[in-house]
Amino acid sequence: MTVSLSLSDLTIRFGGHVAVDAVSATFRPGELTVIVGPNGAGKTTCFNLVSGQLKPTSGQVMLDGRDISNWSPAARARAGIGRAFQLTSLFPDLSVLENVRLAVQAREGQGASLWRRARALTALRDEALQHLADVRLTDMAQLPVSALPHGDQRKLEVALLAAMRPRVFMFDEPTAGMSVDEAPAILDLIARIKGDPDRIVLLVEHKMDVVRALADRIIVLHNGALVADGPPDEVMALPVVREIYLGADAAAPEAMA
Amino acid sequence: MSMVSETATAAAGRNTRSAGWWIVALAIGGILFALAFAPFLFDNVRSQQVAARICIFIVLVASYDLLIGYTGIVSFAHTMFFGLGAYGAAIALRGMGPGWDAVAVGTLAGVGAAALLAILIGLLSLRVKAIFFAMVTLAAASVMLVLASQLSGLTGGEDGITYRAPDLFKPATKLWLDADGKVATLWGVKLNGKLAAYYFVVLSCALLFAVILRVVASPLGTVLEAIRENEMRAEAIGYRVVAYRTGVFCLAAVLAALAGSVWAVWLKYTGPDTALSFAIMIDILLMVVIGGMGTVWGAVLGVTLMSLAQFYLKDLMEVAAHATGDLPLLPELLDPDRWLLWLGILFILLVYFFPKGLVGTLAGKERRA
Repeated sequence: MTVSLSLSDLTIRFGGHVAVDAVSATFRPGELTVIVGPNGAGKTTCFNLVSGQLKPTSGQVMLDGRDISNWSPAARARAGIGRAFQLTSLFPDLSVLENVRLAVQAREGQGASLWRRARALTALRDEALQHLADVRLTDMAQLPVSALPHGDQRKLEVALLAAMRPRVFMFDEPTAGMSVDEAPAILDLIARIKGDPDRIVLLVEHKMDVVRALADRIIVLHNGALVADGPPDEVMALPVVREIYLGADAAAPEAMA
Repeated sequence: MSMVSETATAAAGRNTRSAGWWIVALAIGGILFALAFAPFLFDNVRSQQVAARICIFIVLVASYDLLIGYTGIVSFAHTMFFGLGAYGAAIALRGMGPGWDAVAVGTLAGVGAAALLAILIGLLSLRVKAIFFAMVTLAAASVMLVLASQLSGLTGGEDGITYRAPDLFKPATKLWLDADGKVATLWGVKLNGKLAAYYFVVLSCALLFAVILRVVASPLGTVLEAIRENEMRAEAIGYRVVAYRTGVFCLAAVLAALAGSVWAVWLKYTGPDTALSFAIMIDILLMVVIGGMGTVWGAVLGVTLMSLAQFYLKDLMEVAAHATGDLPLLPELLDPDRWLLWLGILFILLVYFFPKGLVGTLAGKERRA
């Protein structure tokens, strides 16, 4: 079954502050949508609503035609929504390999298993190693995550997401904190995922070169509201978008370069 | 640069066993050997009593470590589950007479009650904040203690219950006869029911400990650690955290209850002081901390050290007080009545020098994948 994801009038208020304001959008399989907007625009909050860390005040998140707005994050993960976090969120005391294996194991529904045959466990392990190779972390497999440099932790964050093999991939600034030579491996991985016609990919990203290289569609959020939605060229040409970007991010003009 | 050298040392540490690892392995090996052959190594009744208590507490402490060390759940109800198992066996043995049927019925009832109560407490309160959960377990344990002392018709109140164990464990039982029809001896030890009782304890505890080892080495064990490390991410990759927490809480309760039943059969007496009091809960906590949280093997070291101190520190101090009899002040400090003071000092020193517990600090954390 092909995947479908849509948001309808999605809204969340924290007290008087409306963090996400009546956002509606439908995402198509095989399409990579980049969500942009200045700091505090509600991008990460929007992600939290889709992956379930937050529940909307009103409006719905629909997956495959079902309203999942009140599902737990675990239920959404099992239904195929996978998320990598902007602020790295890993299992620091476990090894790099164990981190990825946990994600593979969760997908295979083997969390509670006590009596698996060694061969089956080896299969989990081999797949985890493959995901580590994809993000160039093979050499670090046995180290505890807490011993990893920040850039490598960011890569592991992406490996965990890939290991979930979700139908909806959500990347929150995947290359933030990575060095110039580290980022291409991650971008390659995202480009490969994007090539799969059955996946929906959502990406929050600031770096415009990344946006240009990957985006099929751009959504612009500003103060929680959706102000533009369309193909990259059209959206970036809109006066309102230029105004938001140059107004709010004037201090960082290279973001637009 | 420093990052590179750090990771290099970490990698090296994984390939070669540290000196600390060998010390811990030798100590644990020695303890297990002593426990396995205690009747042959120590001939007095008291040492066998200490050895049996150590076996039982290893299971009790290791099962508690599943909660506090592996999953990060703070519970004060572990003795309550231990007590349910013990009282279950005790009440059945008193009511049905000293038979294996009574042991089975009592154990099943006790374990069933423990599991049910654990599921109830878990589902009601494991989804909320850790501190709230800890308070609920504290309340439940207090209620159970009051119940045990009030329902004296069933539990014997403060006096507890005395009963007989199955006939196999009677000192008069002859396991093996020699040529003259008398009880045979092996290395000077009579092969009688007392020996059978001790090995009943050892084998039951070994089996339960093996189950715990299996759990922590399994995929499930890693999920529990993941929940301790980062609950939000564990949920985000698809693990139902509340279900896992409730499950492990229930598992630990069942293990504690089984240990309680074995304890009751060995002791032939069950009362608040031996199976239910908060003093036992505090012992468990201290033993977990001494051995090292999140290391099942730490339970072996923690329990042994603490038990030896509890049973023998007084004797040792008596000797020391005599030896220093002519000196000023020292004999006063070393008076056996002050043994708790010294136990406290010992504990503080251990925690200070071994912040992750003996096994955690000396052997580091064993990583697997």
